[in-house]
Amino acid sequence: MLTDKKNKELELTANRVRQTIIEMLIPAGAGHTAGPLGMADIFTALYFHVLKHDPKNPAWPERDRLILSNGHICPVRYSAMYHAGYDITPEELKTFRKIGSRLEGHPNMRRLPALETSSGPLGEGLSQACGFALAARMDGNQNKYHIWCLTSDGEHEEGMTWEAVMLAAKYKLDNLTVIIDRNYIQIDGDTESVMPLDPLAEKYKSFNWNVLETDGHDFNEIVARLEESKADRGRPTVIIARTTPGKGVSFMENDYRWHGIPPGLGPEDKVPRERQAAEALRELKEIENNLLK
Amino acid sequence: MNYKFSENYLDEKTVKWSPMREGAGLGMAELGEIKKDMVVLGADTLESCRAHHFAKKFPERTIQVGVAEQNLIGVSAGLAYAGKVPYAVTYAPFLIGRAWEPMRTTICYPNNHVVFVSSHAGLATGSDGPTHQMTEDIALTNCLPNFTVICPCDAEQAKKAVKAAYDLKGPVYVRNAREATPVFTTPDTPFEVGKAQVLREGKDLTAIGHGYMVYWLLQIAEELANKISIEVINLHTIKPLDGKTILKSVKKTGKVFTAEDHNVKGGMGSVVAQFLAENYPVPMKLHGVYDEFAESGSVKDLWKKYKLDKEGTKEKLLEFFKDERK
Repeated sequence: MLTDKKNKELELTANRVRQTIIEMLIPAGAGHTAGPLGMADIFTALYFHVLKHDPKNPAWPERDRLILSNGHICPVRYSAMYHAGYDITPEELKTFRKIGSRLEGHPNMRRLPALETSSGPLGEGLSQACGFALAARMDGNQNKYHIWCLTSDGEHEEGMTWEAVMLAAKYKLDNLTVIIDRNYIQIDGDTESVMPLDPLAEKYKSFNWNVLETDGHDFNEIVARLEESKADRGRPTVIIARTTPGKGVSFMENDYRWHGIPPGLGPEDKVPRERQAAEALRELKEIENNLLK
Repeated sequence: MNYKFSENYLDEKTVKWSPMREGAGLGMAELGEIKKDMVVLGADTLESCRAHHFAKKFPERTIQVGVAEQNLIGVSAGLAYAGKVPYAVTYAPFLIGRAWEPMRTTICYPNNHVVFVSSHAGLATGSDGPTHQMTEDIALTNCLPNFTVICPCDAEQAKKAVKAAYDLKGPVYVRNAREATPVFTTPDTPFEVGKAQVLREGKDLTAIGHGYMVYWLLQIAEELANKISIEVINLHTIKPLDGKTILKSVKKTGKVFTAEDHNVKGGMGSVVAQFLAENYPVPMKLHGVYDEFAESGSVKDLWKKYKLDKEGTKEKLLEFFKDERK
């Protein structure tokens, strides 16, 4: 269990990560909103509590490897890295998606080497994470660092994901944890109407994985599941994290129309476009103030 | 340049015949002895791609992904990111075609050093038919930034190519045919990636080939020696292109005939044509597979029907040469 103090600290950090996401998306004028807001708690739990890393030395050989498969939620990663102290300035955050920026619309590790991979096209991260995990084992480093692979639920519609699911079980990659952002939305609608994925846990179980589930916004639960996954032996672990897309901004929550749209260009039935950015920041600031009370 | 070919190499009855895939397989096994960070990945075709030579010696550095080419590419990318040198091996249509976008994204875009070693390139695949006869792989790799594209002329050169690929950077494709073809180079024949080989000098026509077609071109040049002086270039590396060597030859001959077991649209001939169009336009004939799917058949029958054997190639070359002299 986390102490109340630690729990509150993480909640506050996650809130600031969310504010930064909105502040990046506004000047970009394009990008994804729902996924990054929904995954802010998990990224905060990783970067501020669980991950073995050194922001001042991103090439540290013993760092945990964090592979982001669904690259389109990169604003949350850039934001979390910024708050964690990686070499990203507030000015640079405003260059997101702009020409010459290291913070490209989908992650480019050749420009921002603190990322482990470049990504974007869905369903490709888990295969690469398996490659990292196999390499670690070949070098006898399986206990020195852990491989974390963040995936979306939608990309489980890709056959390549399941090719990798089979391989990870075959090679018993227990130095690998997959986290699924189970937010039930994708661009064209709800996942279960676009292509039903449930029962997702049973699918993984039948592929001989260790399957854990968590509320994606409860730090005690998230941290416990992440730690548990590292301790399990002889098989890979998947953590299905039930998240609320758009979390923290009432008019964005659980609305698939906010998947790939920035504030200012979103659906107008709740808040007019010219007020979406300011209103999102106002709501997040209000949460911050309540946490600080 | 003395290329130290095998003795009486132009006599196809006495020359040794062996498949390039076998040379590539032996090359990987030899390389594995000294390069401990080398990993071989297969997709249920390890043995027919002759990678079992490596797998038997180094099971701990062999990864069998099953019939799953997208995963083959993705796992290779992960290993490369983590500092290994992966050799991904399977049939050309699946290795290069099936998972082209994952290859583009996870290997070419981040410039990961992964070596792709194929079998089943071209009609020299034989009776498996067009599904397995890959005639578009050069087009698919040449158009991707960062790729090095190597098409060895025989099994001996294939062995050298997979070894040389280790020391390169970024993605490398080594294209190999399934069928046994003449092995006219020897362990002493020089090989340098990116350096075209002028195997025979001439002044009337530049004939450029890759793969086993180079052997036919050498035979044709010898047979026609009294009529046409043919310069034969082995363009084993298609990317990066050795424009300097091509230009030097073409400025002398003024005519180019290209021959390859690949679609003429997007193959080596296209690459040479693009280069010459921009630098020194001359009349050209692009010989190869004429933008069609072939069929099942023995390799010899396929070569004959699709004019990819020595006789068919000679016929096309003479047609071009006569037309150009009118």
